[in-house]
Amino acid sequence: MKVLLRNPRREIEVAGISSVAKLLKHLDIVSESVLVICNDELVTRDAQLRETDSIEIRPVVSGGA
Amino acid sequence: MKCRRCKGAAVIDVRRHNAAFCKDCFNHHCVEQVRRAIHDFDMLQPTDRVLVAVSGGKDSLAVWDLLIQLGYQADGLYIGLGIGEYSNESGRFVRDFAVERELKLIEVDLPNDYGFDIPKGSEAARRAPCSACGLSKRHLFNQAAMDGGYDVVVTGHNLDDEAAVLMGNVLRWEAGYLARQFPVLQASVGFAKKVKPLVKLGEREMAAYCVLNGIDYIIEECPMAAGNRHLGYKEILNQLEEQSPGAKTAFLAGFFDKAHKRFAEVAVQERETLQPCAQCSAPTTNEVCAFCRLQVRATGITIGTTR
Repeated sequence: MKVLLRNPRREIEVAGISSVAKLLKHLDIVSESVLVICNDELVTRDAQLRETDSIEIRPVVSGGA
Repeated sequence: MKCRRCKGAAVIDVRRHNAAFCKDCFNHHCVEQVRRAIHDFDMLQPTDRVLVAVSGGKDSLAVWDLLIQLGYQADGLYIGLGIGEYSNESGRFVRDFAVERELKLIEVDLPNDYGFDIPKGSEAARRAPCSACGLSKRHLFNQAAMDGGYDVVVTGHNLDDEAAVLMGNVLRWEAGYLARQFPVLQASVGFAKKVKPLVKLGEREMAAYCVLNGIDYIIEECPMAAGNRHLGYKEILNQLEEQSPGAKTAFLAGFFDKAHKRFAEVAVQERETLQPCAQCSAPTTNEVCAFCRLQVRATGITIGTTR
């Protein structure tokens, strides 16, 4: 599946991952710091993924006090 | 996951509430959290003229949207900071949001109106960019509210922002900052009332609110914020939250409930030392306020504004 990451923006290919939670663990990303958007739809941690899915992992943490 | 409220398919999970929500019930959750914050901290009256400080980011656009939904008369204030394409893009998001909803937007442009931008200003004053940016925004938000006769300034600071600031203030035991860290700062001579209605909502919820409701916002991080201390505190707090959902809320709400009052006297003492800035008349503890000193260092101009 294609996975879009940001800050900096880049796209990677990931295979053999079956759920959002496993994808975040595979990429060593803390779930509290991102949203996961699958085929333009927001999804929860337990959502199942397919090899044909297009995923965006969108960071939610912004700087500045 | 199923929606906690309607049992339909969930689109967002909020672990600190041990809950997940569908779109409609999540929107209800966000509106209710803002309504409760406004009520619990006595932030706004129904007839208040509200000025929302908007940056083009998720939090400020979401809070503007939520306040309009709740029926408040809320205008926007955008400050152009002169941070290259980042500022150009963030300004476009704010203008598009205001035009689509037929909302009033006030704009202040730091380079055009005051003769300097954040990159040059921070370098000239030898301040961290986020420090120069923060002090400029606080000064200009307050000035715009006072000049425009607004009752209150709203900012999009959320639970994560406030927990990270609290962590930094506690690590250094900054008594003055702890005294002023509260969801409401009442109006006083020279200062408009300031409130933070998103204090019960996390930034993940605000990003989800924007995605679900088609609010376009600037996703990329400010290029000048990379590696700042505030982001480091957020990373640590999110790791704690991952292991112990609700940790950030317990930390922040516990401070408001149990510790904030212990620092209140420091704020009273600080207010007694305030005097009008010799250049712009804003309240300051020095002869010239920090914003005017920044402007002088960045431009050499010794008046409050080039306008």
